[in-house]
Amino acid sequence: MTIMASSTAIRPEREWNIGWTDVGPFVALIVLMLIGFLINPDFLSATNLGNVITRSAFIAIIAVGATFVISSGGLDLSVGSMAAFITGITILFMNRMAPEWGIMAIPAGMMVAIVVGLFCGLMNGLIVTIGRIEPFIATLGTMGIFRALITYMSDGGSIPIDRSLRDAYRPVYFGTFAGIPLPIIISVAVAAVASFILYKMKYGRKCAAVGANEDVARYSGISIIKTRTIAYAIQGTCVAVAAICYVPRLGAATPTTGVLWELQVITAVVIGGTALRGGKGHVWGTVAGAVILELIANLMVLSDFVSEYLVAGVQGVIIIIAMLIQRFSK
Amino acid sequence: MSTTKWIAAAAVGALLIAGQALAADKKVVAVSIPAADHGWTAGIVYHAQAAAKEINAAFPNVEVIVKTSPSASAQVSALEDLSAGRKLDALVILPYTSEELTTPVKAVKDAGTFITVVDRGLNDSSIQDLYLAGDNIAVGRNTAKFLIDRLEGKGNLVVLRGIPTVIDDERIKGFQDAIQGTDLKVLDIQYANWNSDEAFKLMQDYLAKYPQIDAVWANDDDMLLGVLEAVKQSGRKDIKLALGGNGMKDIVKKVIDGDAMTPVETPYPPAMIKTAIYMTVANIVGQAPVRGTVKLDAPLITQENAKEYYFPDSPF
Repeated sequence: MTIMASSTAIRPEREWNIGWTDVGPFVALIVLMLIGFLINPDFLSATNLGNVITRSAFIAIIAVGATFVISSGGLDLSVGSMAAFITGITILFMNRMAPEWGIMAIPAGMMVAIVVGLFCGLMNGLIVTIGRIEPFIATLGTMGIFRALITYMSDGGSIPIDRSLRDAYRPVYFGTFAGIPLPIIISVAVAAVASFILYKMKYGRKCAAVGANEDVARYSGISIIKTRTIAYAIQGTCVAVAAICYVPRLGAATPTTGVLWELQVITAVVIGGTALRGGKGHVWGTVAGAVILELIANLMVLSDFVSEYLVAGVQGVIIIIAMLIQRFSK
Repeated sequence: MSTTKWIAAAAVGALLIAGQALAADKKVVAVSIPAADHGWTAGIVYHAQAAAKEINAAFPNVEVIVKTSPSASAQVSALEDLSAGRKLDALVILPYTSEELTTPVKAVKDAGTFITVVDRGLNDSSIQDLYLAGDNIAVGRNTAKFLIDRLEGKGNLVVLRGIPTVIDDERIKGFQDAIQGTDLKVLDIQYANWNSDEAFKLMQDYLAKYPQIDAVWANDDDMLLGVLEAVKQSGRKDIKLALGGNGMKDIVKKVIDGDAMTPVETPYPPAMIKTAIYMTVANIVGQAPVRGTVKLDAPLITQENAKEYYFPDSPF
């Protein structure tokens, strides 16, 4: 399977080479929804599906960035801590500026978030590429750094957003456009831009080539350092976008914000069909993967079969079954 | 390079000796606590530091040293550092885990130090001179009593649990024992790991699953914040009460302001570390007898007494 993904990656993309790897996650998604409906008809209610897809937005947006990193043969364990750190910085900045700038502090804060995210991602990338440190170790290090920084900034407590900004900012998570919750629109937009970069631009092909076979890529004149560093920068930016959507949900950053998101993100990418060892990335599969993860958690609560003590175990089994459905649906 | 190292080592050594000379005629009380990694431990750090400052100012012959540790093994090292080369008159410790800290604390005790254990007990209770903790069963029981009273003994409840630990089990047990025999029905009970985000999601799911919910109990205030946000988003009017526990300042503030959905709160206050430090110092300075076990009750915080539990400067 991995070998296949790698070999298709090096071949030039055709306009419509949609294979089973692309469709697999969606098959799994549909099967899950059917099972969900059979268990509890409320599962398919608009409110429930709206809630579930909306809250999968953070993981989906971050995982889209992770698709670049993983596709280029890297890994980023720091995304959860980074999300918490960016959330903290953004809230502190907005609160500082609120008395002078009023509501305008919100868009300014969003810009700050993007810049900080880009910078954090770039730092990860440079440590991995220029510093030549294994991505696992490098990002494990920055994961600790970001987590410590958010804990320090909040004194271990929480950093709440200024009351005057709260109501104005709230719609970014709770608002809708044409009946669709905003976070869903934002994550679809992020995925659309990402799939354009990954499938239509030269950079996307370089990314897959570097991830599939570093040596071949190098001999073809692709700069490994540049390609990988950019992937981490894209990841940082995606984390920032997720942080921007996250702030209005609970209106605070705490040291437990984003804990273990990195694992959910990696799982979403892999469920989506991107091989963990690099090669072709599947952006829309990744988004489906993120939704699948949230659906499973939701299903656990809506069904009455599983004892509260066994929920995590059953979730693990379902993730593996979802992967199997995907593999054998070829 | 190596010259610099030697100079640094000499400087550190000189500082240590100077520090010891200064502290020689002082009674030393070491406080070893977990580092602030979530709201409650942040409160512990805040109140321990406040107590140290107050006592050091009030009693010139007592020195309270606060040391925070990010893990159980770091706490073991911290104990070794604190007791190396000087005699501790007392140690106030909130152990990370019971198992790993029991032997190291025993070693400190054997050197003749007064031991105060807070919140989490050690495996061997003969080590401690003073044990001080809150009452987790009462946290659950008192919340349940209030709900029974307010809902007149009948209604549909949903419950959010924390992380599978003794603390969580005791709170849930206290709650379930108290509602037994009434017509209060727990529709659902699931783990949300004392995390606001997970509580938000879980509450959304509860709301999707049950058309009629009278009250919610999240056994911790971090989770309650997520619950309140989910209820607000749903726009549902059937939820009359949403209660938490622990005494987070934001929630205590709600009680002070007379919030309709969260009119009461049950404390498991991090300020208990302050009680423990003051009692220990009372023993050393004033010869006040304190050996024994102290269990702080978890009385309902209501609008009348909420001020007593409100610490606006604390991070929790």
